Amino acid sequence: MAGTREPFWWSLFAAGGAVAALLAPVQIALTGIVVARGWAGQSFTYDRALALVSHPLSRLYLFVLISLPLFHWAHRFRFTLIDLGFKWGRALVAGVCYGAAVAGTILAALVLIRF
Amino acid sequence: MTGPYRRPVPSTWWLHNRAYFLFMLRELTSVFIAAYVILLLILLYRLNAGRDAYESYLRFLGAPGMVIFHVIALAAALFHTVTWFNLTPKVLVVRVGARRVPAPIIAGVNYAAWVVLSALVAWIVLRG
Repeated sequence: MAGTREPFWWSLFAAGGAVAALLAPVQIALTGIVVARGWAGQSFTYDRALALVSHPLSRLYLFVLISLPLFHWAHRFRFTLIDLGFKWGRALVAGVCYGAAVAGTILAALVLIRF
Repeated sequence: MTGPYRRPVPSTWWLHNRAYFLFMLRELTSVFIAAYVILLLILLYRLNAGRDAYESYLRFLGAPGMVIFHVIALAAALFHTVTWFNLTPKVLVVRVGARRVPAPIIAGVNYAAWVVLSALVAWIVLRG
């Protein structure tokens, strides 16, 4: 049963890996370091951030940026747990990992749709 | 109880060899990236909740521990980027006519796209 679904999870993993490879470094630098150190000037003021995020393309971008790397994590973490000797409950491990990614995706959609 | 004998593998197998260790490190970069996108989602939630919620979350992100987390996450993300781009040519076979496009060209296109996209995102966010 699970075998037939592997290509589906693998393609989400691969898409998430590509999104993370292309966008995670610049995003982490911007919202995790530049803004926190106060180097961003007026870029992250409430009004400016709200205006930027309210654009539909920004929200689509943010949805992809949040959702796909979660599936990338789910796939890698699932097999890392198995590699570390998690031999029992493999279906449970897969369910928890992919379930967390699905939950994160739904939350991202719910947050982004309200802007 | 039947079946071939399997030698038990200790769960510290990845500490015994440099290549295995780097493999495990690469797998764990996904944890940092996932943690980051959750923090980003919370930032968006707080932005939606209003000015006070957003500004107090920015102060939280400015705490030394959070900055240290993001510096580590940035290192993890860069490690993921390099390993991912170097792996892509092994998975993706691109042919022009009968010829296979050499791996360094595929990796080079990835790196070029990465630089352009990063600059574009930074410009859009920081321009004003």
